[in-house]
Amino acid sequence: MGKRMKSKGILPGFGLTIGYTLVYLSLLVLIPLSILFLQTASMTWEQFWLTVTDQRVLASFQVSFLTAFFAACMNAVFGVLVAWVLVRYHFPGKRFIDGIVDLPFALPTAVAGIALASIYSENGWIGQLFAAWGMKIAYTPVGIFVALTFIGLPFVVRTVQPVLQDWDRQVEEAAATLGASRLQTFLRVILPHLLPAILTGFALAFARALGEYGSVVFISGNMPFQTEIVPLLIMTKLEQFDYTGATAIASVMLVASFFMLLVINFFQWKTNKLDAGR
Amino acid sequence: MSIEICGISKSYGSFTALRDVQLEIPTGQLVALLGPSGSGKTTLLRLIAGLEPADSGQVFFNGEDHTHRDVRERGVGFVFQHYALFRHMDIFDNIAFGLTVRPRKQRPTKAEIKERVHSLLRLVQLEGLAHRYPSQLSGGQRQRVALARALAVEPKFLLLDEPFGALDAKVRQELRRWLRRLHEKLGLTIVFVTHDQEEALELADRVVVMNEGRVEQTGSPQEVYNNPSNPFVYSFLGRVNFFRGRIADGKVKLGEAEFAVDWASEDDNVPAVGYVRPHDVDVSRSPQYPQSVAAELIYVYNLGSVVRLELRRMDTGEIFEAEMSRRRFAELSLQSGDLLYVHLKHVAFYVGGHLIHA
Amino acid sequence: MTDTSEPGYVRWLLIAVALIFMGLFLVVPLIAVFSEAFSEGIGLFLQAVKEPDTLSAVKLTLLTAAISVPANVVFGVAAAWAIAKFSFRGKNLLLTLIDLPFAVSPVISGLIFVLLFGTQGVLGPWLAAHDIKIIFAVPGIVLATTFVTFPFVARELIPVMEAQGKDEEEAAISLGASGWQTFWRITLPNIKWGLLYGVILCNARAMGEFGAVSVVSGHIRGMTNTLPLHVEILYNEYQFVAAFAAATLLAVLALVTLVLKSLIEWKTEGQQRENEAMPEIIREASA
Repeated sequence: MGKRMKSKGILPGFGLTIGYTLVYLSLLVLIPLSILFLQTASMTWEQFWLTVTDQRVLASFQVSFLTAFFAACMNAVFGVLVAWVLVRYHFPGKRFIDGIVDLPFALPTAVAGIALASIYSENGWIGQLFAAWGMKIAYTPVGIFVALTFIGLPFVVRTVQPVLQDWDRQVEEAAATLGASRLQTFLRVILPHLLPAILTGFALAFARALGEYGSVVFISGNMPFQTEIVPLLIMTKLEQFDYTGATAIASVMLVASFFMLLVINFFQWKTNKLDAGR
Repeated sequence: MSIEICGISKSYGSFTALRDVQLEIPTGQLVALLGPSGSGKTTLLRLIAGLEPADSGQVFFNGEDHTHRDVRERGVGFVFQHYALFRHMDIFDNIAFGLTVRPRKQRPTKAEIKERVHSLLRLVQLEGLAHRYPSQLSGGQRQRVALARALAVEPKFLLLDEPFGALDAKVRQELRRWLRRLHEKLGLTIVFVTHDQEEALELADRVVVMNEGRVEQTGSPQEVYNNPSNPFVYSFLGRVNFFRGRIADGKVKLGEAEFAVDWASEDDNVPAVGYVRPHDVDVSRSPQYPQSVAAELIYVYNLGSVVRLELRRMDTGEIFEAEMSRRRFAELSLQSGDLLYVHLKHVAFYVGGHLIHA
Repeated sequence: MTDTSEPGYVRWLLIAVALIFMGLFLVVPLIAVFSEAFSEGIGLFLQAVKEPDTLSAVKLTLLTAAISVPANVVFGVAAAWAIAKFSFRGKNLLLTLIDLPFAVSPVISGLIFVLLFGTQGVLGPWLAAHDIKIIFAVPGIVLATTFVTFPFVARELIPVMEAQGKDEEEAAISLGASGWQTFWRITLPNIKWGLLYGVILCNARAMGEFGAVSVVSGHIRGMTNTLPLHVEILYNEYQFVAAFAAATLLAVLALVTLVLKSLIEWKTEGQQRENEAMPEIIREASA
């Protein structure tokens, strides 16, 4: 690596910029991240296994994965709907809606957390509507689901929107001239084309939801075995100075995240491949 | 199946795409809609298919009013300029699509669909490619898949939007011939849009020349080429020289040359334009006719079988072109700068856009 | 409308469902922040905002952003130059590595710095011996924030620079410009909107980061409390008005971020439309 990498053309600065990039990347990201695995590797296998298969840890993994999964599903369905409405229809306030889709990216998670907790608590604006039906949202897994849906909302919208925008309307016209109904055209022609983008957005939302901390801690109630998510458990272990436990759980999470990154890259590659074949 | 367009108009905001278009397309013909960009030809094609609603006017198929029928009910085959193939389906599924979306009762069985798709693949000479994806095919192959897909639903007629526009010259030539043979074989009415006059003249039984949302002329390729009904058609079909002159006493004066015409108007000294095709310009070393005019040879273009000369008239200074065979060119042994005499064998005169007979 | 569009009632139904979804999940929470902050009147709100602990949290938040954003801008520009203007092996791997911090949970982002610099960490004894404090101090907060916001600028710039190609830069070099002149006078004007976009997103996250900072800060009031952490402390002490008052400052930051972001998007879209205007008109007209 470094200077021996081939650089063609007459533009200068390759050595400098790639060198700086690699040094900065290594110092800030790669070395700190590898410490986590080094620390994990210094544990015995038994120690590691006992830590990560502890009942409370397993329960938190279950809570995290299930809520993140359902929230990502919710976002996949409504993300496609919002992207569709924004690309295809005209209605008052469209620009406002388009702009506010990114609110979860811009609003600090702690603010989102306390806002959602206050709205969905039993006497909050929305919480009391559900409370009338005997349903609790805040301080239950449903509350976690609500917070994770908020956090993941922009991902599917923003991955599907450009694909829909660039979509050749003539393909729909072709389906119509061949006798397909509107629903058939959507299900058999448009949806398969959007699928890689939807899956990319889904995976991004899922990955983000898995690691989310700030918006969840306020609304979840943080009850071990019930509403305790993995990042919170890591936090708790740290506060008890159980660094080994925190590190072991974190390394499992990190592996899951890297796996998601692979999945996301795969779907993105698929989206690009479809685009190339136009 | 015949198509009849009655008084169709269509505009997009302030842009008028079609103005009171009147057109009849008889059964079984191969018809070209020819015109420059923005002439309304694609809009007209989309209107026939039902992809675009008309502002006013009617569309009849075989005498039956289809103006308000949905695109799905019209049963036309449409081939899009960029083919609009379904990228996530293989070729087989693309062609079968129109059959598989039918309501269950009208849907052919799986075996029948398979049979139909394979016979269409044979027809478009793409056997063996059934399980390729559109991205794996060449432009010409995609075009043929699009055709097969449109034919699969047994359409009443075929509409093609710039069918060869996106292909390179050699493939375009092959596909033209192939389409011609396909038309003979199927006997289907085919309407295609093109901006390429050579393509229209070579391929079509009938050419519909369009400009600025109007039909300028309809006729066989010979008719529209030999007897253009107005200056637009004259200049749009093939290369043409025009000379500005004046009409007086039943004669048109183009510089020193005079031509007797059938001009019975009171007005004298009216501006007139004479149109001459380059191959109707006769070139010689000495004046052969009383109406010959002197011209200087500026440049010689060698085009293979013919030679094109760029000349400047000595009397008016107008630049024009003449074409001759290689043989004639060799006989005359011409060189740039030579002083020559030209005779205009066939001139069409227009006054205010109307043809004046000689 | 043509035949390839849905009937009116379907359209309005879809719009209505989308709007309700967006309203419930985005608009209502945003309104709630302001409504709670002002629920006891403007006096209490102002009092909460002017509290010294809040002000010192604002200061620390600004300081953190002022260090981590420029650091990531320099990195982003350098990485984008190397990746977009040159071809080399391992480029895709590098792109994936740059994305890594996005995939890491904020809590883990904090944890890795605790493992490195904490008292029990790898470098802990050495740091203690030299009396350098990183964890539970400002340097730790800056480090964790820089890690979390690491990819933003690079991620925005790389596609923009790739789309620009390198023709213009090569032309400038061939006309005798130096590398720096080429960068300042050719590249930078071309990427300025993309750069600004990346800076805005990077800044929003830097000022709002909670999880990672929470791990490394130690929550020392008036010392290592950033604004988001301050919101949490107030909320957990049941000082709701004060918590939401501090939260409004961050919510306003978010709204400003969104407005700037939209403005840049409209601006760049407008430029694109101008460039494509002619063929578009011809295509739509007919032909």
